[in-house]
Amino acid sequence: MNAKGRVHKFGDNVDTDVIIPARYLNTASHKELAAHCMEDIDAEFVNKVEQGDIMVAEKNFGCGSSREHAPIAIKASGISCVIASTFARIFYRNSINIGLPILECDEAAREISEGDIVSVNFDTGVITDETTGKTYQAEPFPEFIQNIISKGGLINSIL
Amino acid sequence: MGMTMSQKILAAHASLDEVKAGQLINAELDMVLGNDVTSPVAINVFEENGATAVFDNTKIAMIMDHFTPNKDIKAATLVKQTRTFAGKYDIKNFMDVGMMGIEHALLPEKGLVGPGCLCIGADSHTCTYGALGAFSTGVGSTDMAAGMISGKAWFKVPSAVKFNIVGKPQGYVSGKDVILHIIGEIGVDGALYKSMEFAGEGLKYLNIDDRLCIANMAIEAGAKNGIFPVDDITRAYCDGRYQGTPVEYTADEDAEYDAEYTINLGKLRPTVAFPHLPENTRTVDEIGENEVKIDQCVIGSCTNGRISDLRAAAEVLKGKKIAKGVRCIIIPGTQKIWLDAMHEGLFDIFIEAGAVVSTPTCGPCLGGHMGILAAGEKAVSTTNRNFVGRMGHVDSEVYLASPAVAAASAVKGYITDPAKV
Repeated sequence: MNAKGRVHKFGDNVDTDVIIPARYLNTASHKELAAHCMEDIDAEFVNKVEQGDIMVAEKNFGCGSSREHAPIAIKASGISCVIASTFARIFYRNSINIGLPILECDEAAREISEGDIVSVNFDTGVITDETTGKTYQAEPFPEFIQNIISKGGLINSIL
Repeated sequence: MGMTMSQKILAAHASLDEVKAGQLINAELDMVLGNDVTSPVAINVFEENGATAVFDNTKIAMIMDHFTPNKDIKAATLVKQTRTFAGKYDIKNFMDVGMMGIEHALLPEKGLVGPGCLCIGADSHTCTYGALGAFSTGVGSTDMAAGMISGKAWFKVPSAVKFNIVGKPQGYVSGKDVILHIIGEIGVDGALYKSMEFAGEGLKYLNIDDRLCIANMAIEAGAKNGIFPVDDITRAYCDGRYQGTPVEYTADEDAEYDAEYTINLGKLRPTVAFPHLPENTRTVDEIGENEVKIDQCVIGSCTNGRISDLRAAAEVLKGKKIAKGVRCIIIPGTQKIWLDAMHEGLFDIFIEAGAVVSTPTCGPCLGGHMGILAAGEKAVSTTNRNFVGRMGHVDSEVYLASPAVAAASAVKGYITDPAKV
């Protein structure tokens, strides 16, 4: 499996309140949530994002509220993969559970710029910044988590 | 090598003699929690995948607290969906308006969590119950759905950071000041993926409400859980209340910690977290007179909506008036806390001071309802997050503080030391 797209870049400590503000949590509709994705950190994000684009952020991405609406909104907005230096732990497991691909790679997260075209090979964990030509190696998932991902998410892995 | 307290609880629930940091395990759950925002997402996952039964209808709690009493038609629809599901599967701890309280004030009070239990909740502040010697952590809605179906959850066994609590707090220093101080020291990712284990002779000066407040905000340092040893204070609170069988775990003497910190309670001062991260802390001594003028004061939430918190606010507000131009909103955490506060005469003090008292709700903490901020407005709040837009408009600001600091600031109209009121 691979992803390729234009990068939307964010900094440290992007919290789930700015990913999807609580004023929109009165719905569980993926489409409605996606319409407000990142609204309080980048009001233009929903107008700029295109199917397959890639989100890159620095440390502690997805901190704060456990709202699964956050990775749902990102996935439903068209983002194919999130790369960060580190993820907050609830966001990390929520993303795996719902099938939003995420990769931890500090060097890539720091060096990749807004608007770069990046491709990701999920089998090898290799991230390529096609704009600069530089490649990075992401941390591989433990086998236990690869098993959840390969079965299509947590529920499929237990039923 | 020995195990931490958290590791021992996880090992016991995974039927293992020993676990090590980093190990991935499946563990049996004693309680699975959701609220009116996260339960509907879990119910959708449950139903879309064809599940037809819950693992144990006594070990699931659904607490309608975030946008209730229903703030709008969409919120009402989510609660109705949850109410219907709870009726269909006879969920014993479905708590609607009239029974509900703020989930993390309510579950300990009702004895649904206690020493040694393993709890997951689709709410990040589920880490609160570590105050009772439980392993308790926030997860998402899919984890909640899987927990409701199977009674199990997967965990990566955390390593731990130890906080040795020494000394005796002076003046207005409370549990909130302890945890804000710690987050200020270690940062919002200072305990990422780890347990925060509290120990030391100073714990005897922290009552159960202080401990619940401290464990509650472990997530604001990125922690997986916060946990306190079980002592006489815990037993006095849980005896006759906890519906399960309490099991007291203690960390091994040779347990390994990634880091150890000593917190001298005697040296702490009332502490405030400035926008827009809980780690941006200053003591009240570092804040100038009139420096931070406020428009609103919120006293409540899963962090500071308990009876000790309301008493601390009342002590400051007694015989005083809220400053002109400040709205002071007081939200008792549960129906019982509400009754206790009423019987103690705290509401007379609040209302005569010019504050309002709300029914229990998470409400303004997450910018839901019951006290939303306009652009440019500032609030001092006893809640747990001061992120951009957390309590309303993206250009509003939240300053986190203890009930005493919040009440004193409401009287002065700017953030201040309670000793100056």
